[in-house]
Amino acid sequence: METFLQQIVNGLSLGSIYALVALGYTMVYGILRLINFAHGDVYMLGAFTGYYISLRVHGFLGNAFLEATVVMLGAMIVCGLIGMAIERFAYRPVRRAPRLTMLIIAIGVSLFLENGSQLLFGADPKFFPQIIEERRMLFWGVTITNQQVIVLGVALALMVLLNLFIHYTRTGTAMRAVSFNLDAAKLMGINTNAIIALTFGIGSSLAAAAGILVSLNLPGIDPLMGIMTGLKAFVAAVLGGIGNITGALLGGLILGMAEVMVAGYGSSTYRDAIAFLILIVILLFKPEGILGKGQVEKV
Amino acid sequence: MRLNPKIRLIPFTFFLLPLLVLGSILMSCGQNSAEEANIIRIGEFGSLTGPTATFGQSTAKGVDMALEKINQSGGVLGKQLKLFREDDQGKPEESITAVTKLINKDRVVAVLGQVASSNTIAAAPVAQQNRIPLVTPASTNPKVTEIGDYIFRICFIDPFQGAVMAKFAYNSLGLRKIAILRDVKSDYSMGLANFFTQNFEALGGTIVANESYSAGDKDFGAQLTTIRAVKPEGVFVPGYYTEVGLIARQANTLGLNAVLLGGDGWDSAKLWEIGGTALNGSYYSNHYSAEDPNPIIQAFVEEFRAKYKEEPDAMSALGYDAAMILADAIGRAGNTGADNIKAALATTREYQGITGNISLDEHRNALKSAVVLEFNDGVARYKETVNP
Repeated sequence: METFLQQIVNGLSLGSIYALVALGYTMVYGILRLINFAHGDVYMLGAFTGYYISLRVHGFLGNAFLEATVVMLGAMIVCGLIGMAIERFAYRPVRRAPRLTMLIIAIGVSLFLENGSQLLFGADPKFFPQIIEERRMLFWGVTITNQQVIVLGVALALMVLLNLFIHYTRTGTAMRAVSFNLDAAKLMGINTNAIIALTFGIGSSLAAAAGILVSLNLPGIDPLMGIMTGLKAFVAAVLGGIGNITGALLGGLILGMAEVMVAGYGSSTYRDAIAFLILIVILLFKPEGILGKGQVEKV
Repeated sequence: MRLNPKIRLIPFTFFLLPLLVLGSILMSCGQNSAEEANIIRIGEFGSLTGPTATFGQSTAKGVDMALEKINQSGGVLGKQLKLFREDDQGKPEESITAVTKLINKDRVVAVLGQVASSNTIAAAPVAQQNRIPLVTPASTNPKVTEIGDYIFRICFIDPFQGAVMAKFAYNSLGLRKIAILRDVKSDYSMGLANFFTQNFEALGGTIVANESYSAGDKDFGAQLTTIRAVKPEGVFVPGYYTEVGLIARQANTLGLNAVLLGGDGWDSAKLWEIGGTALNGSYYSNHYSAEDPNPIIQAFVEEFRAKYKEEPDAMSALGYDAAMILADAIGRAGNTGADNIKAALATTREYQGITGNISLDEHRNALKSAVVLEFNDGVARYKETVNP
């Protein structure tokens, strides 16, 4: 029993990371119908930005919580700007071109970021400083670390904030308008370019937050870390119903749980294979994803 | 009016492109022939970057030190050894490209490399087909030298390494229940796990869990929880240092109270950086220990420290030995004909290297002793030597 509960904790901890990255995928898809393949690499850039910021601030501010906040906000701002720059220079010029063009460009941006980072940061893995000292808590034989709690907590909090932002602010309303119909939104006087840039900014800063949270928990970062996480987060977004924010969270948690259960009770060799197989089966019967239809909550 | 792009391409494809190709071929052939007559070209490929970067970097340092020494004392056959080095980033497919380039473009007479068995297994067929001898300093999977008679290694093989750790765990540590956590993407890890299992079970021990991961994974919570449930006394993790460091950390977090055991893939300063105190009290088998009082080893360690301001790890020592043995073979071959070098390499006997007394058997593998090291607070302390 305690093993089972531990696996649930492991699954939640892994799933909340996928969920955070999936939020960005789903936001961009909702508004532009674009699968932003570079998103996983922005997540990696977030981890590296955090790494370089924490080298500067670690030990200087004295307070672990303050340091973590500085690192997190710094990385979120930097990656938000990177996300906006990617949108401005790579996607905006081809927004009116066939959708495939943008998709190919997204793959190009992704490869550019992966290889550019290897050049810039070096291809060897780096150790992310332990800003928040790990504390273990034991409940009925189940180990939970403060870092796992933080990851899950931040993921939930960001999701709630995002939902509030989209539904209860003017900018959020504008975002929803753009996602329904770009041209109509423009006719209503919405600055669509600004809204799309903002969407990329928010999505990218969420990816950066995920990058930092993962690195706090699993402190090995490298320039290719975004590939697999990005792919899985994309699957999580599709599983939950791409374009749907709550769906992204749900999809992430389900995927994380599926992986952990397969590795824990099935064969760890076929962990990814079986986890993805489950997804294929789900999608065969519900291609729009779990929360994909009926709810028009597209960002 | 815009010119049809197809028309513009014609002069390029039919005139400029062949000229470019021809030009680059001529350039590579027309190098200074006076200099050419005085050098012997040696190739090396390794993971200078990527998840196993310290393997390639350490090997490179050892090789550089050996070649510098050889060249200072007059070279081989009156010629200087010139090294051509390629980075494969630890990716097997890049290893193939690297060795192809070394052989076809740089026209090396022999190739040194790699550390990771999967990379050597990928690249060795290229050397074999081109009939260029390849000497691997540290690939321990038995399949490496089975690829062909041009492939040599100067380290022990995993059936031996697996036996060493199985005996050490059973006899010296008195462990009876061991769990295995292996890397499915690595030939080295899969092989070593199997040889460990065979030997440990033959001794009377039980393998209580057999879990796996893929190189590049960061989360091992699921596997370690399963392992924790069967309460093993030890966990054998025959992987490479990046993952091993994270595994040690997460095992500690989960409160898994078991001795961690591993192989030579642990040998990197990065291991401690990633794993930290979670690694205290774990053991791994290796090719040599820098603490060995043997004067040959101490002289090497001192020279290495003076040159690089750091301790030589086993990969540096093996890189040094591999380059020295290759130079020795070229000297004995009398010329740089690939078949002569190959024949000379095959008859390497009783070579006094840093990593032991090296003799190659009929399968082109070295018979050597292994050491077991204990990891504590960032230092790998010499524990015992095991002979074949």
